[in-house]
Order: sequence, then structure tokens, then C-alpha cells
Amino acid sequence: MVARSDPRRPPRILEASHLFLLLLSLLAGTALAAAPEEGFDAERLQQLGERNLRVVEQAVADIAASGAPESLEVLLALRDGRLYRRQQDDVIVVANRVDGVMLYNDPLLGTLGEPLAEDEVTVIRVSNRIRRALSAAIASLSLGSDDATVRLAAARQFIDSPDRDLLEAIEDALEVEEVARVRQALEVARAATIASDPGQPDDARMEAVERLAEAGTSRARRVLLSMFAEEDSALGLRRDEAVAVIDRNLARWQRAQDLWYGLSLGSVLLLAALGLAITFGVMGVINMAHGEMIMIGAYTTFVVQGVLRGISPALAEVSLLIALPVAFLVAGAIGVLIERTVIRRLYSRPLETLLATWGISLILQQTVRTLFGASNQRVETPSWLSGSFEFGQLMITYNRLAILIFALVVLAAVILLLTRTSLGLHIRAVTQNRKMAESMGIRSDRVDMLTFGLGSGIAGIAGVALSQIANVSPNLGQNYIIDSFMVIVFGGVGNLFGTLVGAMTLGVTTQLVEPTLGAVAAKVLILVFIIIFIQFRPRGLFPQRGRAAE
Amino acid sequence: MITARLLSGRMTAWDVAFLLLLLALAMVVPLLNLVPDANSSFHLSAYMVSVLGKYLCYALLALAIDLVWGYCGILSLGHGAFFALGGYAMGMHLMRNIDGRGVYGHPVLPDFMVFLNWDELPWYWSGFDMFGYALLMVVLAPGALAFLLGWFAFRSRVTGVYLSIVTQAMTFALMLAFFQNDLGFGGSDGLTDFRDLFGVSLSADGMRSALFAASAIVLALAYLCCRLIVSSKLGRVLVGVRDAEARLRFLGYRAERFKLAIWTFSAMLAGLAGALYVPQVGIINPGEFAPAKSIEAVIWVAVGGRGYLVGGPIGAVVVNAFKTFFTGNFADYWLFFLGGLFLFVTLFLPQGIFGWLRQRLVGSREERS
Repeated sequence: MVARSDPRRPPRILEASHLFLLLLSLLAGTALAAAPEEGFDAERLQQLGERNLRVVEQAVADIAASGAPESLEVLLALRDGRLYRRQQDDVIVVANRVDGVMLYNDPLLGTLGEPLAEDEVTVIRVSNRIRRALSAAIASLSLGSDDATVRLAAARQFIDSPDRDLLEAIEDALEVEEVARVRQALEVARAATIASDPGQPDDARMEAVERLAEAGTSRARRVLLSMFAEEDSALGLRRDEAVAVIDRNLARWQRAQDLWYGLSLGSVLLLAALGLAITFGVMGVINMAHGEMIMIGAYTTFVVQGVLRGISPALAEVSLLIALPVAFLVAGAIGVLIERTVIRRLYSRPLETLLATWGISLILQQTVRTLFGASNQRVETPSWLSGSFEFGQLMITYNRLAILIFALVVLAAVILLLTRTSLGLHIRAVTQNRKMAESMGIRSDRVDMLTFGLGSGIAGIAGVALSQIANVSPNLGQNYIIDSFMVIVFGGVGNLFGTLVGAMTLGVTTQLVEPTLGAVAAKVLILVFIIIFIQFRPRGLFPQRGRAAE
Repeated sequence: MITARLLSGRMTAWDVAFLLLLLALAMVVPLLNLVPDANSSFHLSAYMVSVLGKYLCYALLALAIDLVWGYCGILSLGHGAFFALGGYAMGMHLMRNIDGRGVYGHPVLPDFMVFLNWDELPWYWSGFDMFGYALLMVVLAPGALAFLLGWFAFRSRVTGVYLSIVTQAMTFALMLAFFQNDLGFGGSDGLTDFRDLFGVSLSADGMRSALFAASAIVLALAYLCCRLIVSSKLGRVLVGVRDAEARLRFLGYRAERFKLAIWTFSAMLAGLAGALYVPQVGIINPGEFAPAKSIEAVIWVAVGGRGYLVGGPIGAVVVNAFKTFFTGNFADYWLFFLGGLFLFVTLFLPQGIFGWLRQRLVGSREERS
């Protein structure tokens, strides 16, 4: 449920290659900004449009050698047919499509560009000979960059569109490359270039196919599928085999990715259920307003962020860290209030507690709706939580990784609190035998109050974390309450370890079933599974034993 | 005569009063709708008849919940699912009655199936063109589901709040499933645009009055049945289950069988309520499965007073009358009011309106039920 609708996942970019080129030129530009810019002038630019091929070739070489930040952009534009001559003053301009509008800018001025009508510019065409020279120049420019990410991006671009003219440049780069990741990409690029070139000897191509199979990425697979090879020839058969190898490899990674989504969902469930595990599991109180405590935590984050941004924009980066204790206190205080006024009167009547707390949840929801409106509120993601990294072929976003770690930390903290502090000792004593604990001088009503406050506070903390991946709306809590109960009931009431296992099992199962059955069917299946499971193990996976069980 | 003997000593004055009230309503409301001139101050609009009919369906649902909650101690948070299943069964019959008069004019398929490019009716839709079969399904579908769930749950002694949570998960799962287009129940739009029942248009005045009268009579009969059950020896066992299940088991009673029987019967009553509800409201959609709806129905019983049978219907009518008033005038405050009602009743009025009234009027300390 949660993994499906992540609003912060970046949209797929249709013109990925185009954007990549822009990025490449920018990065290369910044990397080379300090270099001298001799050879990058109006005269050389004009020469690009000459009819004499030798002049053009020389101009390309000069521009590439100039090291000017804009040189790569110009060469790319020339190769892609985006270099134009402006008719009014014969200035060479680079065309870029920005938001669907063609803008033409003068590379010497570095301006943003202006829109021009089609008949105001003439495109500069290049012959095949120039194209080869261009490719080599572009390759050496980007592969020669000081920035490893630029080199990596370039190498990947060469895998995606192999160009036999670049083979030499790639091999040259391989010789000096020291960064392992870039080296690996370059090797694959080299293999892709050889494999795609029918002019290469068959045994070299075989070897290249082997290397691509080893790489095992969907990039390598695309190269294999698009390369030319006779059907039933040794090379063709080897190619098909390699594709099959990659397919198996990709399927394994896909399962790993699903597993990661499952763990991520499990950690969300764990966070949502932890507070409930305390109030329901330890105290036996059904708190239907638990989801609203999460919701309040999320809204606290929203408010804290707004206040901090008002003080200083720089503080927005740390707003989540500040929101954590605030949310704990706010939700905890509301929890204590609820315990004092309502739940305390209903301890002997668990079913009535359920109804009363449901009433509280309705009131809290409507209160938040009245104060903030019914629509979703925007909670900013700090820069240190945005983005993602790749592990092998796993795509891991920082915010989900942070939530996983955070959930485990909170779990550990709660376990430590229950086993290593005097409050924890009192809580466990009251849970196990209230009368005996009271005889020992433990003020059980105070313990009840603090326990409920603790459970609510943890729900508030969960709200801070969930504000990063869920829609912050008055209904936020409703989406988690049934799931949370399922986790507790599945894992076993009164057992935090059971809560962990329950949350992770449900999360992973949901995500592993989802690709085949679809999200809703997976959820229904899980619910049905738990309903049946409870019939056979009414006390969950890890039931409490002894006196506390009754 | 047999009925009289059966009932002697089992009915209190409250029961007689309640049944007479229902019969009077079944006659007076249609009369006020049909006889006086539309401008007369005695005239009851067709809309009001439908609203009152809706209340009676809710009252029947509340009666079903009170039977299991008030007498067996089973707090069901999923009775809305049985209500909705009954409603869907009736809705399917009404869909089949459209009979080629839909927007797409397909002779058999309902509009939403034509829209989804389905070629033929799914097997589970066949037979619903016959009213008798649909009526059978109205009670059988919820009954079967309840029997299945109860069979497993009671046998493994899933009780108390666990059972409540399981029933809530059940209705939640059904809601998600019914939202799916592939399931063949109209997806999120549900079943609607009904035309007629027994060949009479649903929007005709006479039809609305007839449906109202039918609701009142079914409620009266169901009430009579429930009263007979709880005042019989079976009823005493049920109260035993509610108050001391373990002790009853030690005495040799198979508590789970009694619970299962009453639980299934209650689900059937809820299905009937849903079936009466759908033609009067004109739509049934997956929203009826929402867990919030089921909990709301439980609070009707709590407000009216549980364990009296008559309390549930009273609570249903009172709360829904408030709801109609609030949503018409101060929609934003309805949830505050409803939430406050939950709190107030559980904290200060544990016996509900009826329990409180009876105590004030009779002044006795006689035990419940």
C-alpha cells in the first residue's frame, strides 16, 4: 500500500538521453572551467559551418582541445543537428528544447537563449566523416573529465549507443582509468562496441558477448538484442544464451528489489504498530485512536517545519530531527490526557474502550480537518534524505533506508526502555500481576498513564517518519490502524520481537505477492491469511505464556 | 392460538408496544403519503417515506447486532459486510430487472459489464433474474460467510477484542475486493440506476410506501423471532455464554455451537436489512463495507441500550435522525457529535437510552434481559 504510491519518486524522464547530454555538458563544463579557453572563439564556431571538410575537422579538433566549458555542448549540438546559424547576423547558436519550446542561445555569450521562428535559422549539417571526428572528440572530452560521475555517465551512454569510431577512445580511457566502477562500465562499453560491430572478427565478438553476459544488466541485454548476428550461427546462439543468462540474473535482482520493498513496507508497518504493541500488547487496551496519534505526529512535523522555515530557511534541513521530540511530546501528552479522562474509567470493559477510542479518533480527525483543512499537506524532504543510490542493480532511496534504520532503532530503544529502566520494570510488573505490583508499592495507575503516553508518543514519532512517504491528511491514521492491528495479532500480543517478525513477514509477503496478483488482491489475500491464521494460533506467532496470557 | 401460547409469558409490555408501533407505522406512513393531497399539511413526501424506510433498515441491522452483542457478548465490527452482501444480492436482482433499458441497451448485461467489454454474464450472476433466488441469496450469502468465519473462529475460541478485529479485517478485505472492477460487481460505482421491482417502477409513490411497509413488517417479524429466541431456554444459554463462557463449557454445553447458530442467524438478519435498504436508497456500493460503517452501527446499539432487543432499533432511529439533521445543517460538526456520542454513551450511559428510561420509569433494579 505504501510502496505503491510514493509521491516523491522522481518521474520517469522520456527524453532521458537528451537530458543526459545537457547534464554531461554541464558537468564537463564545471570540471574544465578553470582551463584556458584558447581555440573557442567566433571564428572557430563559424568554421563549423564551412563547406570545406578539412576546415571543419580542424575546427572540431580545436574546439575540443580548447577546454572551454561550452565546447562539449557545442559539439554535441553539432552531432545531433541542433546547431544553427542565425540568419539576421550569421551567429552560430545552439538549440535546446526547454518545456517544449526551442530556445536558441549563443554559446559565446552563455545566455539562456531566445525563441526564434523556423525560417530565421538554418541548421548546420555534418557529413559522416565529420560525424566520426565529432564522436571521437566528444568521447575524449567526456572520458577525459576529472569528474568520475561524468566519465561513468559517458561510459554508460556508450553502452546504450555503441559507436565503433569510439572504440579507440574507450580503450585509451581504460588504460588510465582508476575508479573501479568507471572501469567496469568502460569494459562493458568496450564489449558493447565490439559486439555491435559486424566488422570485428567473430572470436572477438564472442568474447565481447561473454563479457556482456557477465555484466548482467538490462543495458547489456539491450545491446545483445540489438546487435547483428546470423540466426543459428555460433555467434547468434551464443548471443541467445547470453540473453537468457542476463534474464535469469535480472529476475534474481528483481526479486531482491521486491524483497527490499517488502522490508521497507515491513519497517513502515513496524513503526506504525510499535506504539500499539505497547498500549494493546502490554496494557491490553484497544486504542482505535492509535492511527490518529500517527496522524498528529505527521501534522506536528508539518507545523514544526513551517515554524522553522519562518525563523530561518537553513533550519528546514534539520526540521525532522527537531520534529521527533516535539511529536513525541505532543502525541504523548494527548495520550496521557486520553488515558486520564477516558480509558482509566473503562479498564474492566475492553469492548467499550474500543468504542470510546473510536469516538476519540473521529473527534481528533475532525479537529485536524477543521484546523488544517481536508487536503494533503506538503512536508518537505530534507536534502540528506532525498535521492537514491544503486547497490548492484538494486535501487534504494535514502528516505526508505532511513525509515528502515529508524524503525529498528526505535524498536531497540523501546526494548531497552522496557528491560533496562525502572519505568520498564514497573510496566512489566503491572502487566504480569497488577495486584502483586501494587502490593510492592508500584503506583499502577501512574504506570498505566505513562505506558499509554509512551505508546502514543511512539506513534507520534512514527508519524514524523511516515510524513516522508505518505500523504499527510486527516485520514492518514485510518490507513494504518487495521494494518497495525494485523501486525500485533499476527506477531503475538505482548511480544515486541513478535511485532518485528510480524511486521517484516507481512511487509515482505505483500510485496512478493504483489507483482503476480496486483496490489489490492495481495492485500485481500494477506487479510484472509491472517483471519485464517488466527483460527489456528489465536494468540499469534509468539504467544505469551503463563499467567500474563489470561 | 399456537402463537398466543408460544408468546404467553415471554412478551413484556415493551415488546407489545414496540410491535404495535411498527404495525401502526406500516399502515399510517403509506396512508399519509398516498391519501392526503400533496399540499395538505398531513401529506408525507415520497422522499420522507424513503428516509423513514432507510431508518427501519438500520433498525433491523441494529437488532441483528444487539442479538449477538447483547446476548452472546460478541462485538461484531463487521456486520456492515453482511448488510452490504444482502444489499448486493438485491442489487443484482434489480440490475437484472433493468432488462435491456440501460444506456447501452444490452439485453442481458448490466451497463458496467458492457463498458468493461465483457461478453457474457459471470456464472455467479445467473439466477438473479428470479426474485425467489435473489431472496434466497440475500440470506444465504451473508449466512454462509458468517458460518464460515464463525465456524473457524468460535472453534478456536477466538473471543473478545480478537474477534472484533477479525470481523473488522473481514469487512475491510471485502471492501477492497468489491472496489475491483474485475470482481464483477460494478467496482467503485457499485450497482445503481435501478428501474423496477415486480414490474413496478421504484420511484412510484405506491412502491415506496410498499417498501416502507415491508421494512416495518420484516422488522416486526425479526423482532418477534429474536424475542422468542432470547426468552427460550436457548436464550438463557446464550446469556450464559455472554457472562461466563468457561463455566458454561465446564457444565457440558458446547458454547461454540450456540454462538455459531446465533451469529449466522444474525448475519442473515443483517442481509435482509441490506436487501430492504437497497431499493429504497437506489444504490449499493463498496462504501457500505467500510469498517467505519460497521462501527457506527454498533454505536446505535450502544446508544439505544444493548441486551434489550428494543434498544438497537431505538438507537438506530435516534442516531440517524440526528445524522440527517446534522449533515443537512452543520455537516462539519457531525463527526464531533458522533465521536462525542461514542464517548458519552460508553462513559455515562452504559445501559443506553432504553436502559436508562426503563430504570427511571420502572425504578426497579431488575437485571438486564
